[in-house]
Formats: sequence, structure tokens, C-alpha cells
Amino acid sequence: MTSHIIGYHTTRFGELWEKSLFDLVGETVDGILKSTDIELGNIDAIFFGNMLGGVLENNLHAGAKIADILGVTVPIFRVEGACASGGLAINLAHEYVRSRKGKTVMVIGAEKMTDVQPEFITQGLMSAASGEEQESGITFPGLYALMARLYLKKYGYDKRNLAAVAIKNHAHGVLNPTAHFRKAITEQQVLQSSLIADPLGLLDCSPVSDGAASLIITSDESLIKKKKGVTIISSQVATDSISLLQRDSLIEIQATQIAAEKAFKEAKIQRSDISLAEVHDCFTIAELFAMEDLGFWKKGEAGRRVIQYETLRENNGRLIVNTSGGLKASGHPVGATGIKQVGELFLQLTGKAEKRQVKNIKYGLAHNVGGSGGTAVVTIVGI
Amino acid sequence: MKTGITSYGFYVPQYRIRVADIAAVWGKNAHEIERGLCVMEKAVSTAAEDSLTMAYESSSIAMKNHTTPIGALFFGTESPVYAVNPSSTILGELLDIGNNYLAYDTQFACKAATGALISAVALVESKQIKSALVVASDKATGKPHDALEYTAASGSVSLIVGDTNPILLIEAWESFSSDTPDFWRREGIKYPSHGGRFTGKPSYFKHITGAVQALLSKTKSKPEDFTYAVFHMPNGKFPVQIASQLGFSAEQIKKSLIVSELGNSYTASALMGLVATLEYIKPGEKILFASYGSGAGSDAFIFTATPELEKKRLLFSKKLKGKIYIDYPTYLKCMRII
Repeated sequence: MTSHIIGYHTTRFGELWEKSLFDLVGETVDGILKSTDIELGNIDAIFFGNMLGGVLENNLHAGAKIADILGVTVPIFRVEGACASGGLAINLAHEYVRSRKGKTVMVIGAEKMTDVQPEFITQGLMSAASGEEQESGITFPGLYALMARLYLKKYGYDKRNLAAVAIKNHAHGVLNPTAHFRKAITEQQVLQSSLIADPLGLLDCSPVSDGAASLIITSDESLIKKKKGVTIISSQVATDSISLLQRDSLIEIQATQIAAEKAFKEAKIQRSDISLAEVHDCFTIAELFAMEDLGFWKKGEAGRRVIQYETLRENNGRLIVNTSGGLKASGHPVGATGIKQVGELFLQLTGKAEKRQVKNIKYGLAHNVGGSGGTAVVTIVGI
Repeated sequence: MKTGITSYGFYVPQYRIRVADIAAVWGKNAHEIERGLCVMEKAVSTAAEDSLTMAYESSSIAMKNHTTPIGALFFGTESPVYAVNPSSTILGELLDIGNNYLAYDTQFACKAATGALISAVALVESKQIKSALVVASDKATGKPHDALEYTAASGSVSLIVGDTNPILLIEAWESFSSDTPDFWRREGIKYPSHGGRFTGKPSYFKHITGAVQALLSKTKSKPEDFTYAVFHMPNGKFPVQIASQLGFSAEQIKKSLIVSELGNSYTASALMGLVATLEYIKPGEKILFASYGSGAGSDAFIFTATPELEKKRLLFSKKLKGKIYIDYPTYLKCMRII
């Protein structure tokens, strides 16, 4: 049995100080029900991707809170896998729907991050790292900087090879009305931005954002016929050691490689069939790893190819990456990110991506990573 | 007679520390910080000075040749020398103003004194007292390595409110307040906390806009009716942005923008901009003034200079001469951090 995405909604991503976590959940639920014209009573289950509610706000038992907001009694599952929480929620929703005939579920991802001071959000995010890493005082920018230094050194690249990712994703973000940053940036700005963890500057890092996004996934044939949607062809999850210390290689994300292999095998398509990808660029180096580990580019090639901007939309290449603006420009409300990635593919494949529409696309891939690579989710959708 | 400010005084300590020298300690790009905050250096009080001693300095100047009895003394600060024990009475004693005066300290982040100014105006206008002394004084400090460290400064401004020969008429005022916790310090905690960019749009900009727009509407005034405008200066960027948003020109705020050289002396910050402007204003010219206090609120005023100002005008720029630069360890000693 197949599962189909028949609706997508996202709130604006950014510093949404006037809205709480569950205000954002309510906003995206209202939005998706209105845009799909589906009654809440037709939703059989809800999957909620969220990472920090319990850590920052003492806000757990989210299922009952969502039930309260929506006035429903259906099963609601909170899914947590650090920054891959949204992708994991989609994976579970997909499995739930395709194992039950005629079921329709809602997947919500939301995060509220900007109400706390930077040191608390940094500490909260580090709950997704190993105990040794936490105790050493390192943070995620530091972990990715370690990986970036090794990669740049091994292949003879420099900061410019990283900067290209931020420049490209900001160029895409300008076209996305719900993106956190809708501003083009230059190489000089990236290279001169405040150093966060060498070689990563401020503009190499995705921001802390608030936001929520939702999808409706169904196996109900009548709905599939009625709504213009996309098919989830494969959704695969892989895990790895939480700590960099335990990894065989620091310049690749094994969980991504495994999830991608399984996803392409399940989808029975080739890498070259994918014309659009939303990859997890939490830091610029992460998009380089993603392109290699997903198998689009060979190991060590990404630094060279990224500065040719072949994945920039306006260059009309064979594969366009992060039309939403990626995590870098679209923003990274952790639990919502994985939903937004698949939602962006939905908009593109159904011709609703407005100014950032990519033409003639059949398959899209979303890649969502938790922590420094402890979890990876790869989802392939098609029409 | 109309109520107004009849006399004023200010105090800026002699020491300065350069933003670049603080940035160097923390391995930060000095140029980026200077450009981001539009602040180059800040005034630092010595280890022997505090909000009370500085208040005495500025008040002594304001009280020179003042003759009518001071019926109220209001002391606005967010760095009081005592947690419990009023600074206002100590200052009253030091100034030898007798005992028949109402005294209290006010607290409302950077607008503690402008709120008190409104109370003083009301007491004078209602003829309950002859004159009032309103003081804004702060020895402001930020936690080492916090963004506030680049701007938090020392300084004091004293104003006497009365209805005899005012130098600056208080034509109208308006306030805008809400529960917006953008900057705070809890009891027993040494350094303040702040909400980063939250201190901007929903806080500083929203409240000043609310107060100024209400005042302009109430008095049927337009930005071009004013020769000068003064806005609270947490940094050099915000007052320029708010001026532009509200329709005031760079020229109107230019004389008040002393934050790039003096830093943000919290309760004294906006009032320091006001007294800097008084060096240049001519009789009949108007000033639009707006303070901002985190937590949050803004008090906006319309002032008009009178011919009396010529007799009591203080040359602000002249008083800033003779500054002495200190290094970071000396700064820490001055702030009693080490």
C-alpha cells in the first residue's frame, strides 16, 4: 500500500516572539485544514515532531496538549530525534498509513527556540550530543567545525568552498515568503562574518528559529484521487553513534549513507532521477557532506562543485538543492525542519512553489539529520 | 507661569575605555562591534564613584543659584548604592535642602527618572510644591563578555522642575507602557540579563513609537515642528533608526547622539542627550524627547527653550574635554569587578 501527501502548510519561520510553541501548532493545523479542505474528524492519528519542548519549557505530554487544542481523541505520538524529529515523524506517519488501509494522518513539526537566552538554547541543543561531548564544553558549531577542518585539509579546500552553500541557499531564501532570512549575501559577507568556531563563521551557521509546519498523509484512495498530491516512494531511517569519538570517519555521515542506500533501493530509482533535493545544511559543511553521502557527488568533490553553483536554481542544472533556502536561510526550527523539507518537495512537485518553482521535476529527496549525524532520515517523493 | 525645567546639571566621569580595547580582550573583531553598535568608547566612573556621588556632582551644578525650596527629590537609577535605603535622602542631606521635602527613589530601567519628571511636573503644576529636583544617575555595568559590556557607562543628569523662570518649558507629555521583559536583573543577581534582539522591535521601537505617536497626535504636531529630537541611546544605532521610522531627520538628532563617545549611562542616557542639545538650542525652538525603560515603557515630552536658558546654559562639549583612557584591567577595578 502506498502513502500520499495531499497537503502542506507552514508558518513563517523566524523570531516569532508573540507566539508560543502551541500557538504555532494551532496556526499550522488551522492552515492545513483550510488549505486542504479536510475535516479534523477525518484525521485518524497525529504525529508530532519536536525536540526542545521538554528541555526548555518543561513542556512534555505534547499529545494531550495538542488534543486539547484540537478537541480530538485520536492517537497522538510525539517523536524526538534531535534535528531529525520532523523527518522521523514523517517516517512513522508513512509506515502507519501504509500499513492501514484508508487512513489519513497529520504530521506536525514545531519548535519554539527564540524565547530563551543563547546560552540556554545552546545547552538545550547539546542535549542531543554525547555525555563526553557535553562535559567537554563543545557545542554543535564546534563539532561541525572539527569535521569541516578535517575535510578542508584533506581535500585542499578553504572557507570559500563552504561559503558557496550559504550564498546559494540565501539566494533561494529570497524567493521563499516563509523563510527566516530573505536576503541575498555575498562571499565577502560570509567570509567576514563573526567567527563562531573556526572555520565556521556566523553566516556558515543556520539560525535559531521559531516555526511550525504540517503535512497530511493518507492511504485513503478517494482522497488520493480527489487531491493533487505526491507519493512517498521511500522513507528510510538510519542511526549511528551519538558521539564523534566513536565514528570511523569524521568527514562523512554514515547514517546518511545507509539511509540513502536503503531509500534508493526501496524507491527503485537512480540518483540521477532526482531533480530536486532538500538537504540538511545546519552548517555549510553539512551540505557538502550531504551531497557526497547521499551519493549525488563523489567523496571529496563537493567542495569543488559547490563553488560552481550547479545546484543553484537559476543555473537550471540537473539537480537543484534547497529551494526553500535550506536550514541556513529558511531557518531551523528544529522539529519543523524535516516537515518543511518534504513540504517544499510537495510544493515543487505539485507546481505550487510560485517564484521558486523548478520545472519538469518528477522526483524529490529530503534529507534530515539529527545531532552530528547520529540519526538520518531520507525521504523520496514523486508524482 | 508655565512649569518647566528651571536649572540643570550633568556629570560625566573623566575615564574612557575604548570599545576596541574590550573587544581585544575577548578576541572579537573590534571594527565589527564598533560598526554594529555605533559606539566607539564609553565613560567609566572610578572605583570611588557610584550613582550617588555622581548624582551629587550633577545636582550641585543644578542647585547653583537655585533659590526656591525643593519640595520633592526624586532619584532614578538602576544601580542604587543600597538595595534598601534611599539614595534620595542621602542626596538631600548632601545638598542641604532641609527636611521638608518628599523623597523617593524610582526604578524603571533606563526611564526611572523621566517617569519621576512627570510626577514632579504634576506636583509643581498643582501648586503643592515650589520646585523639585529630579536626578538620573547610573554606574552601569554588564557581565564581562556580555554584549552590554561595550556600552554600559556611567553618568548623571539633574533637573530642577519649577514655575519660576523656566529655561525649558514642558509643553506636553505622553507615556506608553506594557509588560515586555526585555532586560531585567533579579534580586541578588549581580548582572542584568537581556533578551538579545528582543530588546529591539517589540521593546525599544514599539514603546517609543507608541509614546511619540500619541504625543504628536495629542498636540497635533509633526516631526518638522521640532528643531531637535532626542531618543534614548542604548547604542548608536537604535536612536538613528527610530528617528528615521518616526519621520525625524538625521540633523534633528545629531546633537543628542553622544552615545558613540560616552556609552549608555542608562537612566541618564536620554537626558544626557537632552542636556547636550541644550548647548545649541535657541529660545523658541522645540525638542521632541523620548526615553525608554525596559520592562517596558517610554515617556515622551515636548520641550520649548525660553530666553532664560541663556543665563543657565552649560557647555556640554567643553565639559567632555580632558578625558583619560584606561585599559581593561583598570576598567574592571573601576567597576569593582576585580
